[in-house]
Amino acid sequence: MEIKKPAVAGSLESSDCQIMVEPNPGQGISVHLESDVKGMFGDSILETVHTVLKEMAVSEARVELRDRGALDCVIRARLQCAVCRAAEKAYDWTKEDA
Amino acid sequence: MRNAAGREIPEQIGDYIVKPYQGAHATVPSGEPVHSLRTAAKPVAGGTKLIGTIEEAVRACGLKDGMTISFHHSFREGDEIIGQVLTAIRSLGIRGLCFAPSAVVNIKNPSIVDFVKDGTIDRIEASGIRGELGDAVLAGLMEHPVILRTHGSRPRAIEAGELSVDVAFIGASAADMYGNATGQIGPNACGSLGYSFIDATAAGRVVVITDYLVDYPCCPASISQQYVDYVVKVERIGDPEKIGKGAARLTKNPRDLLIAERAAKVMAASRLFKENFSFQTGAGAISIACTKYLANQMEERGIKASFALGGMTAAIVDMYKKGLVRVLECSQSFDAVAARAIAEEPGIVEIDNALYANPFTKGAMLDKLNFGVLAALEVDTDFNVNILTGSSGEMMGGLGGGPDVAAGADISIVCLPVIRGRTPSVTKRVFTCCTPGETVACVVTEAGIALNPRHARYAELKEDLEKANLKLVTIEELQRLAESLTGIPKPIETTDRIVCIVEYRDGTVIDVIREIKKE
Amino acid sequence: MAEKTIRLKRTSLYASGASPVNMVQAVFYNEDVLIYDLEDSVPASEKDAARFLVYQMVKHHRPKDKYVGIRVNGIYSEYLEEDLQAAVRAKPDFLRIPKVEYAREVQDISKRIAAIEEKNGMEAGSTDLIVNIESYMGVINAMEIAKASPRIVAMAVSAEDLTASMKAQRTKQGLEVFYARNAVLLACRAAGIDALDIVFSDINDVEGLREDTALAKNLGFDGKTCIHPRQIDTVNAYFTPSMKEIRYALRVLEAVEEGKRQKKGAVVLDGGMIDKPMELRALTTLAQAQAAGIHVRGKGEMA
Repeated sequence: MEIKKPAVAGSLESSDCQIMVEPNPGQGISVHLESDVKGMFGDSILETVHTVLKEMAVSEARVELRDRGALDCVIRARLQCAVCRAAEKAYDWTKEDA
Repeated sequence: MRNAAGREIPEQIGDYIVKPYQGAHATVPSGEPVHSLRTAAKPVAGGTKLIGTIEEAVRACGLKDGMTISFHHSFREGDEIIGQVLTAIRSLGIRGLCFAPSAVVNIKNPSIVDFVKDGTIDRIEASGIRGELGDAVLAGLMEHPVILRTHGSRPRAIEAGELSVDVAFIGASAADMYGNATGQIGPNACGSLGYSFIDATAAGRVVVITDYLVDYPCCPASISQQYVDYVVKVERIGDPEKIGKGAARLTKNPRDLLIAERAAKVMAASRLFKENFSFQTGAGAISIACTKYLANQMEERGIKASFALGGMTAAIVDMYKKGLVRVLECSQSFDAVAARAIAEEPGIVEIDNALYANPFTKGAMLDKLNFGVLAALEVDTDFNVNILTGSSGEMMGGLGGGPDVAAGADISIVCLPVIRGRTPSVTKRVFTCCTPGETVACVVTEAGIALNPRHARYAELKEDLEKANLKLVTIEELQRLAESLTGIPKPIETTDRIVCIVEYRDGTVIDVIREIKKE
Repeated sequence: MAEKTIRLKRTSLYASGASPVNMVQAVFYNEDVLIYDLEDSVPASEKDAARFLVYQMVKHHRPKDKYVGIRVNGIYSEYLEEDLQAAVRAKPDFLRIPKVEYAREVQDISKRIAAIEEKNGMEAGSTDLIVNIESYMGVINAMEIAKASPRIVAMAVSAEDLTASMKAQRTKQGLEVFYARNAVLLACRAAGIDALDIVFSDINDVEGLREDTALAKNLGFDGKTCIHPRQIDTVNAYFTPSMKEIRYALRVLEAVEEGKRQKKGAVVLDGGMIDKPMELRALTTLAQAQAAGIHVRGKGEMA
């Protein structure tokens, strides 16, 4: 997927996260993480971000994540949404098929 | 060496000789007469102990470098006495003091950190530290580790000579010029001064500081003139909004309400829930909601309590006024309603903190307690409770009376949600052990109730709760549930340097807090 | 007939797909049915976000002891197609369809669900349906809607949009929706499915909730939708069967057992035939009793 414009998904409410995805021409993936639980789950969050970007075939993006204690699947959902919004494409749900 | 709570502790920490925790009731008192720095004295000439300024009082008390000073915490976040006194002490150039307040201190402006950084204070003995000071201590600011004690352990330590207070500064909502003082009346009434009773009788010198002088004799007199050296009148003892804060409103959070209601159901299902039972619920959102649900249960079953103990809230005063509780034994008042109720009601009485919780007297009231409801930051699969450190190891709580209540109450009930945000509250091993699992009977969460098989009342509680159709789960199931939601957290890394010694009620060391490793 | 697992529906609670904390906490209350919502509780700007969230939550953190569903957006909305693509693949127990007015709408959705079930290697028909009747046309067509598809396990009445469509005034007493509630209930009985009653919206009026739930139970409803966790325990309590009902249920099942042993075709009790719906009613009664913590031992013994 190609990131065409900056987009945001999520919120700063407790147990949620706010993710901003924007184009990062020629600079690959860069992730900036701010989290209430950085010590405990910082590494895990970064891993999730990289995994999702890979699954969605995103090779160039700048991701800014502000986390307020969101569970892993919430981070995943927020990132998928932000990427689709930034790429201006709907998600292909058939990818989830067994 | 490993203590009886399974925590790794050294034999000595600097000049502190470690007595390892050996069990909740393992230690016996030494049998020595109680220790005190109070001396016999002659009444002051001139018929008044009023002295112009705090500086003058400090000088008159003969405060010197290296001595120990104390304060109570009854003014909560509204306290301005501590700041004024420390500022005065610093201006006199006195340094290297041991700061020994009765509990957690979180004053902001000025901050205690400043007094540590400039050398005014170089030791701290309290029940908890947090905020800026907490972070600084964890980063290794202090040369000597902070010693943390429970509420009940502080008077024990003073009487055992482990902590000696040279000068006690007792903030009072009202006082007369001869030293009689109280928190029950006055524009900034804070309620019970129970935590400063030991300071009044055992400190070398006592200074009462008030913003409201009354005609002699001050009545009631929580602190008696016979123990007081000087009285200082200041502009204000604290922030009236925070000292006299209104009753906390009942939480609307459905999760907290669920936990609170469940805890009340546990109490109501127990065979100990009968006429003349006793309880302690405390402050905090879940505690206050629990108080209301407990009152409902009592009204439904027509049961009255003999007494409620500890820190009082408007919710408990409400129960008293409805005739549901005969006596409220207050060591602390959490809001303006509870504060003023002591002077207004014959059955609401101020008690010495030692009477509330000291394990080494001829009987503390919490030994007569049927139910104790406790909050917690973290609990592990051995039922050990952490009320000091948060998910990143940050200092954010205080020992308070939790470990005391757990040891004294027949049934101690720890209430907490299984996760807070992405932080699991039920874990395999708490970061800091404050209350040993053997004293915890029951953990109540939104995901279910777990009973401790190693607790003395396990069999009877299990029988009672099953009869009442209450959903019982194992603590391991709760831990697995929490982990399945949050994922496995990366453990907090610490260095070998000990910054905090966590003492149990009897003065043994139940755990230590080490410096957090920097990135 | 195939044995159907009894899924109690005494209480239904919605968790908003726009709120992660809401969805995480909703699993801990005592509701029988939990519905992750993509419709009314999610603003238009968040429909896409909610879809991702609900998919993840249902896939990874759905409660094991509840009947779990997803409420998709309206049949004619621009969101429905993607909602179905995501929702079916999350493999909830059921989908809840809002504002149904005609049987053909249900049949259309059912076909679309089947297509996704197939693509995703799911057993055909494994996704149940609960339909919401929210307009006068839905009430009028309740009979045909209730029988429109074997996927349908229950039909629910929703009062707010209904009264708006009727140009009626919504009141607490609810006389204006009384007919609608009964019409939907009767249609459910005719189709052999569960009937779910309207929400009682004043969360602070506990007495009012009790009265309304008592009425719902007396009318014959199998459950009620809750608007707030505080309502759940009260409503569950009303759908707890009485000792008389439990005893009768045990007799019904005993008669069925006896009939099986004696290889009888038709089973009779108290001069009347026991049919499959009656047997299911009896099983539901015992399930409700068990859920309420009443110990029921077989063969007429009771704790």
